[in-house]
Amino acid sequence: MTDKIKIKNLNFHYGTKQALKNINLSVKEKEITALIGPSGCGKTTFLRCLNRMHDLYPGNRYEGEIILDGKNILEKGLDLIKLRSKVGMVFQKPTPFPMSMFDNIAFGLKLMGIKKKRDISERVEKALRDSALWDEIKDRLHEPALSLSGGQQQRLCIARAVAVEPEVILMDEPCSALDPVATAKIEDLMTDLKKHYTVVIVTHNMQQAPTSLLKIT
Amino acid sequence: MDSQSFHYMRRKFYNLLALSVSVLSAGFGIFFLFWILKDVITFGLPALSGSFFTELPAPPGAEGGGLANAIFGTVLITVIATVIGVPSGILAGTYLSEYGRKSRIASVVRFVSDILVSAPSIVVGVFVYALLVKPFGGFSAIAGAVALSIIMLPVVIRTSEEMLKLVPDSTREAALALGAPHWKVTVHVVYRGALRGITTGVMLAVARVSGETAPLLFTSFNNSFWNFDMSEPTATLTVTIFNYAMGPYEDWHQKAWGGAFLITAIVLCVTLLSRLIVRRKAA
Repeated sequence: MTDKIKIKNLNFHYGTKQALKNINLSVKEKEITALIGPSGCGKTTFLRCLNRMHDLYPGNRYEGEIILDGKNILEKGLDLIKLRSKVGMVFQKPTPFPMSMFDNIAFGLKLMGIKKKRDISERVEKALRDSALWDEIKDRLHEPALSLSGGQQQRLCIARAVAVEPEVILMDEPCSALDPVATAKIEDLMTDLKKHYTVVIVTHNMQQAPTSLLKIT
Repeated sequence: MDSQSFHYMRRKFYNLLALSVSVLSAGFGIFFLFWILKDVITFGLPALSGSFFTELPAPPGAEGGGLANAIFGTVLITVIATVIGVPSGILAGTYLSEYGRKSRIASVVRFVSDILVSAPSIVVGVFVYALLVKPFGGFSAIAGAVALSIIMLPVVIRTSEEMLKLVPDSTREAALALGAPHWKVTVHVVYRGALRGITTGVMLAVARVSGETAPLLFTSFNNSFWNFDMSEPTATLTVTIFNYAMGPYEDWHQKAWGGAFLITAIVLCVTLLSRLIVRRKAA
C-alpha cells in the first residue's frame, strides 16, 4: 500500500495557542486510519488541517508539511476549492442543508459541473444506495432533509460527501450523536468505503479502528 | 401568628401585587390599541364606498370624490422604496453576517445602522429634501421613496444579519467542505436557511414605512390629481389623512377616517402575513 498523505513536522496554532506539536505520520491509500485519544488532545484539530478547514477563521496558523499525492497542501495560494473537492468531510453532528434530501446531494453534484437532470438523479440514487439510505427514503426524496432522524441525516451527509467522488474522506466521530443501531449501519458502511476511498476517522470506539490505529497524545 | 406564616402571607401578598400590576399594565396597552381600532373602524368603514377607491378628490368644499390617486401613490412609493431599500439592506446584512463578522468595518456599520433605526423619521425627510428636492427644484415621488427606503434600510440590515446568523456555522463548514466557493455557500445554502426569517423582517419593514407621514411631507408632498411621473409631487394616503383631518370640511374628515381605516388594514394584513410565514417556519 502506498502512502496517500504524509504529514511532516506539523504544528498548528489557534492564534497564540499551539494545539498540535510536531506531528509526523502517514496515511495509507484505501485504508481506514483511525485517530484515537483523550478529549481535547487535538484529534479534530488535526483532521481539520487535512482539508484546511481552519482557514475559515482568522488567526489560525499552520507550520510544516502535509503532502497529499506528492503536493504540499499547506502551500500559500493553494486552490482550497480543489483541495476540498478531493478531500471530503463528515462532521461530528449531522449537517444537512436546509433543503430537500435530493437537493442536499445534488448540491455537490452541481458544484462538480454536472448539469443534466438525468445524470444528477442517477448519481443521487447511487450515492444513497451506497450509503444504505435509498430504500428508507426513496419515496420522499423531496421532503426537507431536516425531517430525517439523526442517524439518517448522518448517512445522508455521508452520501453527500461520497457523491462528489473525493479521494479522501475525513470523519470526525461520525457516530457520536447516534444510537447503537444507527452506529452499526454506519460501521457497515465504512467497510465498503474502504474499497474506494482513503478514510481518516476520529473515534472513541476501538471497533471502528480495525485497520490502522494511530494514537495521538 | 408565628413568623413562618407571616413570611408566607407576605410572599403571597407580593405575588398578588406583582400579578395585578402586570395584568393592569398589559390591559392599559391593549385598551388603547382597541380604542384606536374601534374608532378607526366605526368612523372609517362608513366612509368607504366605490368612489372612494376609484375617483379623484373633489374640489375643496364639494361633496363626493375619492382618494384613488392617494391609494395608488402610497402603493407606488412603498413599492419603489422596497425596491431600493430591501436589496441593499439584505446585501449589507449579508456582508455583516458572512464577510465582515467581527471586523472593524462591520462593527462600525452595525453601530451606524443602530443609530439610523432610532433617527426621527422627520429628520430623514428633511435630509432627503436637501438631497433630492431642493437641488431638483420640486417635490417628487422618487424623493418620497428614497426617504422611506432610508428608514427601511437599517431595519432590513439588522434583521437579515440576525436571521443569517441563526444558520449554524457547521452548515457553512459542511458546504465549504464539499468544495463550494464562499458565494455559493451564501446564496444556495445560507440564504435557504434564512429565507423565511428575512422575508418576515422585510414585510415588517414594509408595513412600518407604508404608514409613515413625516418624511413624505418634505419629499413627495401632495397632489390632487393622478400622477404617474416619478419626478412630480404625488399624493399618498398618510399625507392626505394629515391634510384632510386638519381641513375645515366634514366631508374631508370622513375621507381622512376612510384613509386611516385603509392604511391600518394594509399594515395589519402585511403584519399578519409575516406572522403566518413565521408560524409555518416553526411547523
